[in-house]
Amino acid sequence: MSVLTVEEVRKSYGGVQALRGCTMAFAEGAVNGLIGPNGSGKTTLFNVMTGYERPDAGRVLLRGRDMTQATPDAVFAAGVGRTFQLTRIFPRLTVLENVHVAAQRRGLLGQLRRWTSGAEHERALEALDFVGLTRLSREPAGSLSYGQQKLLEFAFIMVASPSVMLLDEPAGGVNPTLLRHLAGRIKALNAQGVTFVIVEHDMEFVMGICDQVSVMHNGAALMEGSPEKVRSDPAVLDAYLGTDVSAAEA
Amino acid sequence: MSATDVSNRTATDSPASYDLPRTVRFGSLLLVVAALVVFPLVFTNPTITSVGVFAMIYLLAVSGWNIFSGYSGYIALGHALFFGIGQYSSAMLTSRFKIPAGWDLFALLPVAGAIAGLAAVPIGWMLLRVRKHTFIVLTIAVMFIFQLLAFNLRSWTGGSQGMQLPFPTWSGAYFNEPFYYIGLLAAAIALVTSWWVRRSKFGLGLLAIRDDEDRARSLGVRTTRTKLVAFAISAVFVGAAGAIYAPFIGSVFPQFAFDPSFDLALAVMAFTGGLGTLIGPALGALVIGSLQQYFLLQFGGANVFLIVYGLLFVLILRLLPQGIVPSIAARWRQWVTYRARNTPSTGVPPDSAPDVGRPFDVVLNQGGSA
Ligand SMILES: Nc1ncnc2c1ncn2[C@@H]1O[C@H](COP(=O)(O)OP(=O)(O)OP(=O)(O)O)[C@@H](O)[C@H]1O
Ligand SMILES: [Mg+2]
Repeated sequence: MSVLTVEEVRKSYGGVQALRGCTMAFAEGAVNGLIGPNGSGKTTLFNVMTGYERPDAGRVLLRGRDMTQATPDAVFAAGVGRTFQLTRIFPRLTVLENVHVAAQRRGLLGQLRRWTSGAEHERALEALDFVGLTRLSREPAGSLSYGQQKLLEFAFIMVASPSVMLLDEPAGGVNPTLLRHLAGRIKALNAQGVTFVIVEHDMEFVMGICDQVSVMHNGAALMEGSPEKVRSDPAVLDAYLGTDVSAAEA
Repeated sequence: MSATDVSNRTATDSPASYDLPRTVRFGSLLLVVAALVVFPLVFTNPTITSVGVFAMIYLLAVSGWNIFSGYSGYIALGHALFFGIGQYSSAMLTSRFKIPAGWDLFALLPVAGAIAGLAAVPIGWMLLRVRKHTFIVLTIAVMFIFQLLAFNLRSWTGGSQGMQLPFPTWSGAYFNEPFYYIGLLAAAIALVTSWWVRRSKFGLGLLAIRDDEDRARSLGVRTTRTKLVAFAISAVFVGAAGAIYAPFIGSVFPQFAFDPSFDLALAVMAFTGGLGTLIGPALGALVIGSLQQYFLLQFGGANVFLIVYGLLFVLILRLLPQGIVPSIAARWRQWVTYRARNTPSTGVPPDSAPDVGRPFDVVLNQGGSA
């Protein structure tokens, strides 16, 4: 059973065809890897799946429900959280405030209460502690390093407890020790039923935590399979090297 | 708490505390309140107390304005609209319903505020569909539409003849004082509201909108609703300010009720003190509001002050782009960090202390939020 499905999705920016009939399915309850050379359309696919971009053609389905025209907030409300390749945090809010933005509070009373109150606050503190940012919780988030911002974004998506998390290069700029820690957390959340789709260039990280890996090339699906299968497939290697060659020719 | 044990993590390190001690904070708050309360008792000269009344009106208006514009980063330059609605509400209600001009005048304050707040809902609903810069332009346009209405709906507003308000019944020897204290009380309510908004989840949503509206929306912040509610709250206080101003002046005219320089004043006060902070705009209102009125009474002619405003604005943007309060806060945080680094007893090795000195430049250089 797949949680997110894209069917024949196309997206162009001017003359650039970022997605050219991409069809792909991500399994529910799995840690799905999504790899591909630079510019193969991974981030664009994320944008289309989370409502940040409208595809020119094709469909996006979330557990069978058509989400092609859904707005980002509708996608989020449906339980899909995402991080950005270039982080999108709230630079002038403090680190702690950032984590609280995504904490959901229902009803009027929830809005009127102090944001540093209740179970949400416990969760926020726990998330910050997890990514090791407690010490910096009173600093403006804009003053964090790139790696720290990546972790912060992960933390605040986590606080919203989505059922699907799309992570765009979560390992970027994160130190190896913390990266192992992050991998542990992803596995733990996955054991609780959270589905992941992870775009990442760090192959060791991808092969270490993903149950299944999809490969994109030139805006379309190239292949999918277990990490071992993908790793040893000559077509994948070709795709990575081939883009380099064509880029060099251009 | 998760029982994690990553060697190089510093999860147990508590964040640096930049707060002043509680006693200092409450002490200074008490002192300021006391000073504002006794001010007209000490300076009884009517010229001085009338300056005080203007300062209170601005304090009330800018504190309300800041709840929306300061926190959300949507700089409204048409709030004179609500100032005018408050003034006309006060004038119309007193004349239509023959409300005596005693203390009943002040009973109209919440009514005028509510009218302004209600008017803000459809207006905000229309204006808040556009983003920041377009929003600024549209707010000004809508204000002028209301000015035109005030000129032309003669049977209601008296057109360019304006409207007269009844003269208060209290003793002329203490004409200013009731206006002053009502203004102070209303301003205090506005500031408490602002303080509460700042600590609520609702207020956090506003601040998130200021930083990245699309991201906030995509994280479940109901951006439209949040902006609209804040817009209406701010209109209530600005409307109430108008309902103090009108009976104090004694008349209402379209060009003074819906006056763009009122918004210029609010913006300069807020930027000077520190846009989006709780006390920054209040400080700006007390200092600039008083100075403006004082100069006006001394030298006459509001136009002189417009030039001063222009110069002041340029100076502030050059020297203190963040405003007074945030600039002081930044210095204070730097000092706290510096002290923490140079005091070995804190147990934090010097090179692992958070580097808040330079990163503040990052924040500073992001400039204004508009
Ligand atoms: N907003 C945009 N405007 C114009 N072109 C775009 C835009 N977004 C993506 N593209 C183009 O679409 C193609 C796919 O980009 P995308 O960011 O999806 O690749 P990616 O697989 O995420 O690459 P990377 O691994 O480098 O992050 C690229 O050629 C890129 O230049
Ligand atoms: Mg990408």
